[in-house]
Amino acid sequence: MSIDKDTAAKVAKLARIRVEAADLPALAEEFNAVLGFIEQLSEVDVEGVEPMVSVTPMRLPRRVDVVSDGGQQAKVLANAPDAREGFFAVPKVVE
Amino acid sequence: MADLNKLTIAAARDALRKGDVSSAELTEACLGEIESAGALNAFVHNTPEIARAQAAAADARIKAGDAPDMCGIPLGIKDLFCTKGVPSQAASNILKGFKPEYESTVTSQLFDAGAVMLGKLNMDEFAMGSSNETSAYGNAVNPWRRDGSEAALTPGGSSGGSASAVAADLCLAATGTDTGGSIRQPAAFTGITGIKPTYGRVSRWGVVAFASSLDQAGPMTKDVRDAAIMLEAMCGHDAKDSTSADLAVPNFEAMLTGDIRGKTIGIPREYRMDGMPEEIEKLWAEGTEMLKAAGAKIVDISLPHTKYALPTYYVIAPAEASSNLARYDGVRYGHRAKLAAGDGITEMYEKTRAEGFGHEVQRRVMVGTYVLSAGFYDAYYNRARKVRTLIKRDFEEVFATGVDAILTPATPSAAFGLGEMSEADPIAMYLNDVFTVTVNLAGLPGIAVPTGTDSQGLPLGLQLIGRPWEEGDLLNTAYALEQAAGFVAKPAKWW
Repeated sequence: MSIDKDTAAKVAKLARIRVEAADLPALAEEFNAVLGFIEQLSEVDVEGVEPMVSVTPMRLPRRVDVVSDGGQQAKVLANAPDAREGFFAVPKVVE
Repeated sequence: MADLNKLTIAAARDALRKGDVSSAELTEACLGEIESAGALNAFVHNTPEIARAQAAAADARIKAGDAPDMCGIPLGIKDLFCTKGVPSQAASNILKGFKPEYESTVTSQLFDAGAVMLGKLNMDEFAMGSSNETSAYGNAVNPWRRDGSEAALTPGGSSGGSASAVAADLCLAATGTDTGGSIRQPAAFTGITGIKPTYGRVSRWGVVAFASSLDQAGPMTKDVRDAAIMLEAMCGHDAKDSTSADLAVPNFEAMLTGDIRGKTIGIPREYRMDGMPEEIEKLWAEGTEMLKAAGAKIVDISLPHTKYALPTYYVIAPAEASSNLARYDGVRYGHRAKLAAGDGITEMYEKTRAEGFGHEVQRRVMVGTYVLSAGFYDAYYNRARKVRTLIKRDFEEVFATGVDAILTPATPSAAFGLGEMSEADPIAMYLNDVFTVTVNLAGLPGIAVPTGTDSQGLPLGLQLIGRPWEEGDLLNTAYALEQAAGFVAKPAKWW
């Protein structure tokens, strides 16, 4: 499986990382090196093997369905690049 | 007392309790060393005010007579741990300026036990790297040099700053984290001890996430006894981490008897790699002999899926990273790119992430995105999860035959030069973790112990892998190896 620059552009778009068109061929080449390496996994016989969900056998713990935290608006917003009137501010999303 | 910064945790604890030294004195000694060690670039955010306040509180507590082992001990904290009000940016520009409003569970536990934070330590960006060369702070430097050479060497990664700081005696010990070898490889490169506990032993809450099913924090220390003391303080159940194990934490230090008579140590044949340097081969054989001489039974074992561990890791870790790092979007914290007129929210995400993430992080996020994307999820991600099951099963089968621990090299080489690998393809760098990554995939505890030096005078380490939750037994085997190896070399001070 070889990745061309169009696929590289698509992956960059899905990852929401801007990659300049001039850098796409080099990026595609790097993907191919990594994917070539992981291609070895196709040799392994995995017939009937369950995919690992949890490395240590454990049940996900349950807790009582109650509010246990909150009222921390100032702290939540403290690190925001742009916070206004108690909200995170972002560029216009809908016209 | 002279050279207070060079003390072990155990020696400092005993001196503090006897009243021979104060935490304030220990702390000043370390702060002084950090001040003059800029060339190592190990500490990247210094917190002398916090350190002095914590030391004063520790001294009061010690006087009152009820101080835990870690009380008054000056530590360095890897930048991956969120520390309240102190920059915590995972060595990434995307978290520049981020000051958490909360404290990670690990640092909370250490501070509750009276430990002192000297500052934050350099690392690879988001813990992705094996040489500390992907850091937004620049390279951390190994205090060790090759005989007769002034070439700057890597301290390893991702916990490179932690390794450099402990090896250079800038602090008594440091926290590290390990996703594929990031505690054990740098420990081996700098002649110190580092343990990655069983997955679930140490809470991940407040530790910036890289690959959540693999990440574990652990101590990086000057010897095995210190690793036992500090690990105990870091362990324990935490309701805020749903994968944290609700198990009692033993007194690990009390388990260090050095008696390993009757223990069975496995030597895995698949770890004898093609092209492995003779020095590593020799180190491994010597370590095997040491454990045998101490009364352990040595058996050859097979872990047949070993060669698939690295490719499995390079599917699972990027996949989890691409999901975890989706949160860095320029909205809630850290960097936001300057936008051009007419830019919408998608441009904001794309520009912010292109500016904020370094090259290796971008590559891994995109590889992860690819292996999780429609049409490839089964071929790559699901297949890797199945192979991971087989890798874990290899270990289970070996432990079921009565093997107590497994001895392997920690790294395929001694520390290499900074910049030496820059022309190599990414796979060459990934091979650094060939002996350590299996342990993360199987969720097991692993410890690196320095046992010798190479022909150029650089430290080399061996790795012991233990049964799940049996860190105490593993530490005791490591203690026996440490005593037999008698590694005491220190880097000559040039910084």
